[in-house]
Amino acid sequence: MAALRLQGLKTRNLAPLDLTLAAGDLVLLSGPSGSGKSLLLRALADLDPHEGEAWLDGTACSALPAPAWRRRVALLPAESFWWYDRVGDHFDRVPPNGTGAGLGGGTPADAVGPATQALLLRLGFTSEVLDWTVSRLSTGERQRLALARLLALQPQVLLLDEATANLDPPNRDRVEDLIQDYRRDQGAAVLWVSHDPDQRRRLALPAPGLPGARRLEIQGDRLVAEPEEPAA
Amino acid sequence: MELIVLSPFDLALAASLVLLLALLSWRLHLGVEKRVLVAALRSAIQLSLIGLVLNFLFAQTSLALTGLWALVMLGVAGWEVVARQKHRYRGAWGFGIGTLSMFISSFSVIILALILIIGVEPWYQPQYLIPLLGMLLGNTMSGIAITLDNLSRQAWEGRGGIEARLLLGQSWECAIRDIRRDSIRAGLIPIINSMAAAGLVSLPGMMTGQILAGSPPMEAAKYQMMILFLISAGTGLGSAAAVWIGSRRLFDQRQRLRLDRLTGPER
Repeated sequence: MAALRLQGLKTRNLAPLDLTLAAGDLVLLSGPSGSGKSLLLRALADLDPHEGEAWLDGTACSALPAPAWRRRVALLPAESFWWYDRVGDHFDRVPPNGTGAGLGGGTPADAVGPATQALLLRLGFTSEVLDWTVSRLSTGERQRLALARLLALQPQVLLLDEATANLDPPNRDRVEDLIQDYRRDQGAAVLWVSHDPDQRRRLALPAPGLPGARRLEIQGDRLVAEPEEPAA
Repeated sequence: MELIVLSPFDLALAASLVLLLALLSWRLHLGVEKRVLVAALRSAIQLSLIGLVLNFLFAQTSLALTGLWALVMLGVAGWEVVARQKHRYRGAWGFGIGTLSMFISSFSVIILALILIIGVEPWYQPQYLIPLLGMLLGNTMSGIAITLDNLSRQAWEGRGGIEARLLLGQSWECAIRDIRRDSIRAGLIPIINSMAAAGLVSLPGMMTGQILAGSPPMEAAKYQMMILFLISAGTGLGSAAAVWIGSRRLFDQRQRLRLDRLTGPER
């Protein structure tokens, strides 16, 4: 259960931004490309230099070591990157001290733990995928596996940059369901950049045990509520 | 065996071969005659000046003067490292990282060699220090240039992968670890190769020089071995230092990858 609060957060294209997401909140963000959505998410993950501060409950970003902050406030970039040949090598758990000892070792598929296996299953994979080579994955498979890789670390806030952009409808639904359950079960706040108006409309509706999403749009250099569209 | 002194006539004879080469280039329209002549002239002037400087230095045995000349050599090698980078570090770092690494490795190795191995008295006797340092610097310079070029280029091209690792909560050292390892390895390969091929393919320059100057070949071989060992130690140490400082500089206090600290790919 964690709330995310932005205080005067300033990125290159946007005016200083104040925004609060309570635990379990979902904010959908849209805006023209190049308007600074991705840069905002990168600043929130403390991956780019920025002004202003972000708070996770009572803890300021600057008060935590950067790796600890990024494990709590996790960004899923629009493009996923892989640095080893085998999918499974990217799933080794990072120990709490962040040194990543043991990364890159040959890991059998059953070494990732039941939680990760369940994640893979919900995204339409069996554990065998861990033995696949990254080069044979499609863009959509990479996107789903990158989400599994991220959620396996159990972050408290999710920053999603077009998380379903390359997915077919069944897989898009899988991802949406998984994120919604993650909100509900973990109380995670989610900031989701989405270009898909149908998706934004769908997720704006309240679901069982979940409040509906707030829809925000970038206009010029500020965030405003997205105007309601007449139903088609 | 006595050292046979080259007379100006001997040198002129050798130089006439270069003239012949230039003539050949002109006749065959190779278009390099001017460059051949300029390069030959440059080497003649540079080597004569170095001969004069060393003559002067060897006559003094002064720590201050020898040290000053060693720093000049270090500075030139530092610029050479910068010139070989595709992505350079901005500001003083570009010159500083390579130069500092060479300073740490070459100077410590050479002082060790002069005092403990060769036992020169005094240790800064320029007749030993300057040529040995020249060979060490020349080789560590290549190694460090290759290492740093690999590091910055791979970081530039592998930005997505490095940032993906940072986003999964890895420390900067973990995120750059494979690139570091690769870079040091690349920097060490030339000296490993030249150790493996020493003597079989070509006689190394130092050994050739000593044999021409009248040393027994076995003595020359022993010196050559020592030099190869010193060079490999110096190159390894220098590459490790360069990778450590260089990779640290690629990340800031918040462990963000800061490619804006490198110059772009142009040039």
